[in-house]
Amino acid sequence: MTTAIEVISRGLGTGSIYALIALGFVIIYRATRVISFAQPALMLAGAVLVTYLVEPLGFYAAVVAGALGTALLALVAERVAVRPMLGRPVFTIAIITIGLDVVIRVIAIAFIGTDLPQVGDPWGLKTVNVFGAILEQRHIAMVLTTAALVAALFGFLRYTRIGLAMRAASFDQEAAMAQGVSVGAVFAVSWAIAGGLAAIGGVFAASGTAVSGTMWLIALVALPVIILGGLDSLVGALIAGLFVGVVQSTVAHFQQYFPSWVGGNVAAISPYVLMMVALLVRPYGLFGTREVERV
Amino acid sequence: MSTMVRGRPLLYTSYEAEMALLNTRTKRVWLGVLLIIGAALPFLLTDATLQTFARAMITAVGVIGLGLLTGYAGQVSLGHAFFIGLGAYTAAVLGGDPEGRRLGFGITELLIWLPAAGLVAALAGLLVAPLAVRLRGLYLAIVTLGLVFVGGHIFNEWRDATGGPGIGRSMPAPTLFGYELGVNGELFTRDQKLYWLMFAVLVVFALAARNIARSRVGRAFTAIRDRDVAAGVMGVNLARYKATAFAISSFYAGCCGALLYVVPGFLAPNGVFNLEVSVLFIAMLLIGGVGTISGAILGAFFITFLPTATRLIPDAFPFISASPTEFPNVFILEQVLYGALVIIFLIFEPRGLFGIWLRLRNYWKTWPFSY
Repeated sequence: MTTAIEVISRGLGTGSIYALIALGFVIIYRATRVISFAQPALMLAGAVLVTYLVEPLGFYAAVVAGALGTALLALVAERVAVRPMLGRPVFTIAIITIGLDVVIRVIAIAFIGTDLPQVGDPWGLKTVNVFGAILEQRHIAMVLTTAALVAALFGFLRYTRIGLAMRAASFDQEAAMAQGVSVGAVFAVSWAIAGGLAAIGGVFAASGTAVSGTMWLIALVALPVIILGGLDSLVGALIAGLFVGVVQSTVAHFQQYFPSWVGGNVAAISPYVLMMVALLVRPYGLFGTREVERV
Repeated sequence: MSTMVRGRPLLYTSYEAEMALLNTRTKRVWLGVLLIIGAALPFLLTDATLQTFARAMITAVGVIGLGLLTGYAGQVSLGHAFFIGLGAYTAAVLGGDPEGRRLGFGITELLIWLPAAGLVAALAGLLVAPLAVRLRGLYLAIVTLGLVFVGGHIFNEWRDATGGPGIGRSMPAPTLFGYELGVNGELFTRDQKLYWLMFAVLVVFALAARNIARSRVGRAFTAIRDRDVAAGVMGVNLARYKATAFAISSFYAGCCGALLYVVPGFLAPNGVFNLEVSVLFIAMLLIGGVGTISGAILGAFFITFLPTATRLIPDAFPFISASPTEFPNVFILEQVLYGALVIIFLIFEPRGLFGIWLRLRNYWKTWPFSY
């Protein structure tokens, strides 16, 4: 029982990283109908930025500043590379974001340097004993922060003017424009929010370890997550993110019982296998909107 | 030219002439000139340059394959690296030393292991095809991305066949009808012989791809790309042609993989067939020009020779370092260039290098009235 709670808490911890990054993907997708492959690089850039800011500002201020800085970076990237492509096929724009990802990632990795920098989080690998189960503090912090951020995000979309505009634009872009919504502003805000969420996800992914180029792979897991949850569903991204995290930690826990032919570290590919199986059954994800085809 | 009126090369008097493999005289002349230059290069260049040329040519085969799938049939695939890897390991296993530590069958005859590598990859492509029938666009892209990760896991873990992470295995030295291509001979060096091999393979595969593109299959691909629902309504069997596109593209990728590591002679699984390789192939296709065979070849050459060109930058701009430990250095610049070039080309010249060639050609074609 305590083992199960430990496994699930680990899963929810990593799952909340996936959920944060997946939410960014979904927000951009809802605004622009494009999957932004630049999210993993933005996450890395956010974590690297925090390692530079944590010395003068302290951890919490550095995270906020890092998130704002990454949001700004995302804003610039959107304006420079994505906005000129408005109205072009989504595949072309998706490839542009791959190009963005390469550029941002390579530059971010260059700033990591050789001495594995830390984000300087207060949790590290410290644990806390909850009714006999040994839980890692960072996982609890991740779940709580994600919950707070998601509540704030849903509140933002529900109660603010620009949130309403974002929902309108994702529902029908032309109708929203006709009602006076600035779709350009919606794009910009969507990218900025996604960048900020990615940065916070990056800080969590780096907590208890060092920032390195391979963190990029963690962010890529958010892709199967959004496919599972459905590309345009925020709730789906959240649930699928946590679910994938739990599946991954469960698979990692049972690794020792697997036959040897499946090989080591199956947990690393379990999200992708899960995605392929799920897609054969439900091509639009668990919570996605079914597309209606017209000739 | 009996079917072509003199001085009016674009006037066709028969359907066959218009649909011919090389339907204008310019194309025939260019092909002939390029064939002669390509065949003569080993007498003019050093062995080191020939190796880069050989790599560019065999990479071009893979890019053509991706072009048939993505450029002609419109199915976005991020899984190309997986199929390339399958081809490479099939070749390594078939050609491997049967007495060695790794799985090997000792078949060094090129005409056996090259098609076999392509066929294994094509079969894997057929297995993926049902997903492509159910999904489209970016959903398909992400599923094929998953393929790269699952494939990477298999390549890392199946140590008997692949050597395992960080260790790898050697590639077979190819023989053609018993003639050793992988060793220095009396007349020609190893690199010269391998260059001709890759050149011949590229010519065969490029002409075959052009032939596919102009055939019934190729037209079905184009119809699916432009609007798959409409193509289905017109009677194009979507399931069958999407599966065909995946199989052909994977066959090309498999053959590309089988020969890609023959020149260096060694193959390590770490990071060789990962997502970045898939992205690199897409970059080559886009920079060269989507939906054309010559564009795919141009892109492969451009990206393969890009490192050679960027190595010259530190001489011209001293603030960019040639050492990998300093910042900014030329290696970072090179990787940033891949990404930046993709963005720049997509924004300013979506038809790629091939589009630039078209513009140049049209400028001179109508000169001096070009505007």
